[in-house]
Amino acid sequence: MASQPAITDIEQLKDRPEMAVLLAWNAAAITGAKFDRNELTIWVDRIALRDACITLKNHAQLQYNALADITCVDWYPREPRFEVVYQLFSIPNKKYLRLKVELSGDDASVDSLTPIWPGANFFEREVFDLFGVRFDQHPNLTRIMMPDDWEGHPLRKDYPVEGYR
Amino acid sequence: MAHMTPTPVLDPSQDKTMILNMGPQHPSTHGVLRLLLEVDGETIVRIMPDIGYLHTGIEKTCEAKFYQQVVPMTDRIDYLCPMTNNLAYCLAVEKLLGIEIPPRAQWMRVMLNELTRINSHLVWLGTHAMDIGAMTVFLYCFREREDVLRLFEAVSGQRMMTSYFRIGGLALEPPLGFFDQVKKFLDRFPGNIDEYENLLTNNPIWVNRTKGVAYLSGDDAIALCATGPTLRGSGVDVDLRRDLPYSGYENFKFKVPVSTDGDVYARYMVRVLELRESQKIAMQALEGMPEGRVKADAPKVVLPDREKMKTQMEALIYHFKIVTEGFTVPEGEVYMPIESPRGEMGYYVVSDGTAKPYRVHMRSPSFANLQSLRKMCEGRLIADVVAAIGSIDIVLGDCDR
Repeated sequence: MASQPAITDIEQLKDRPEMAVLLAWNAAAITGAKFDRNELTIWVDRIALRDACITLKNHAQLQYNALADITCVDWYPREPRFEVVYQLFSIPNKKYLRLKVELSGDDASVDSLTPIWPGANFFEREVFDLFGVRFDQHPNLTRIMMPDDWEGHPLRKDYPVEGYR
Repeated sequence: MAHMTPTPVLDPSQDKTMILNMGPQHPSTHGVLRLLLEVDGETIVRIMPDIGYLHTGIEKTCEAKFYQQVVPMTDRIDYLCPMTNNLAYCLAVEKLLGIEIPPRAQWMRVMLNELTRINSHLVWLGTHAMDIGAMTVFLYCFREREDVLRLFEAVSGQRMMTSYFRIGGLALEPPLGFFDQVKKFLDRFPGNIDEYENLLTNNPIWVNRTKGVAYLSGDDAIALCATGPTLRGSGVDVDLRRDLPYSGYENFKFKVPVSTDGDVYARYMVRVLELRESQKIAMQALEGMPEGRVKADAPKVVLPDREKMKTQMEALIYHFKIVTEGFTVPEGEVYMPIESPRGEMGYYVVSDGTAKPYRVHMRSPSFANLQSLRKMCEGRLIADVVAAIGSIDIVLGDCDR
């Protein structure tokens, strides 16, 4: 039933335009890649995330000019624990690309993308609210879904799902 | 959600501006949206949306359910277009599983999705017009909406929380006579759209209240992550039904209405034209409806037919296993974006190989589109805020999840 197995080897994927551009820009910042079910995922070092997005956005052919989504996955108890997931969309090419940043549990912070896409504002606030991941240089990093005096971050896997709060 | 904190304190040395609270109980905020408006006389200086009043933790709940049990949760996200949410979720899980959906189920899904779009746009048009002061349109729109809801009831047994799509196809064959009812509705619907347009499109009051109001440029719309009619009203030609076809949309002929004006009127025109296109797509689906099964041939995922279950041992075992243990989904992750009436509805599903999703994230269009409100309203009058909110077409259930 399962389709093609996932390709996770950077060497095999380096001919894909997105990979080629990012590898030519800064090969050290690319920590992994996966091509699975027709979707390309690229792991980027957290320090390089914002520059990687600018590179993809301003590239003459790729033109990933829209940000579709930001979310996070908690792989507790594995470390690095958090994976922040960015879905970029190229309006001229009608193509999606997924970028991921791995963050450890005790220092979960990454650069905000609001300087590039102001629309990242709400998405990042949501991830901060529900996962406790901090976004540096975000204009207003406050809770968005939960009340301001709420304790804990509900979508973390170690958040209690029953009993009294 | 900032409702626990007092309203923001302004610099005491200035006496020009004041804070005005709007919502969450306000008839024109389409649910429980709260806006804090900093105003200078009648002019908006700053607008601060405050959401989260309807947050029910659906994403967390999904992690504790079997894959098939998540389908009813998705209805409750955007209660004006339940079928669209069902479809996005089912497509995501089907992509993870790698199963093929029979053409009849795909055509049914397209037809019902377009009816859902009609339903959603009718509610939008009615309430948006009423916000601006046109009461009659509301009554007309809800008259037709009632017909669509009757069709949903006929096919799924529910008017709003339909849960009609299943992973691997549809829940049931549509009932006898259903297609005739749909045909009857679709045949007269273009005349109904003319009625709405007669009331609004050239109405000088409507035009004065909407033309040039709440302007959003195409570049701003992209930067603010707007999608759907909000983006197309600003001249950016993106429609996922045409650009990245899913569920057999590549077999249908339709136009994507785009307007470059970027104001409330442009977004109104885009949606009204979409109503006409939706009618055409639904008609094509109805006329070309293929024969065959409505469930995929995947016994480990799709519940067997009732008749088989009573007569065949194997079917009974599969039924029992799916209901009690769920079905396992291969490891992986999928982002499935589709075009909902409001914009890009994306489901990001992560599987760890068990019978329950490891993570389900909904990228909801209302949530993202709401960010454009600030750009639209600042420097404009308070009365225009109501028009701007209506033109974004937000559903707070979709926004807060």
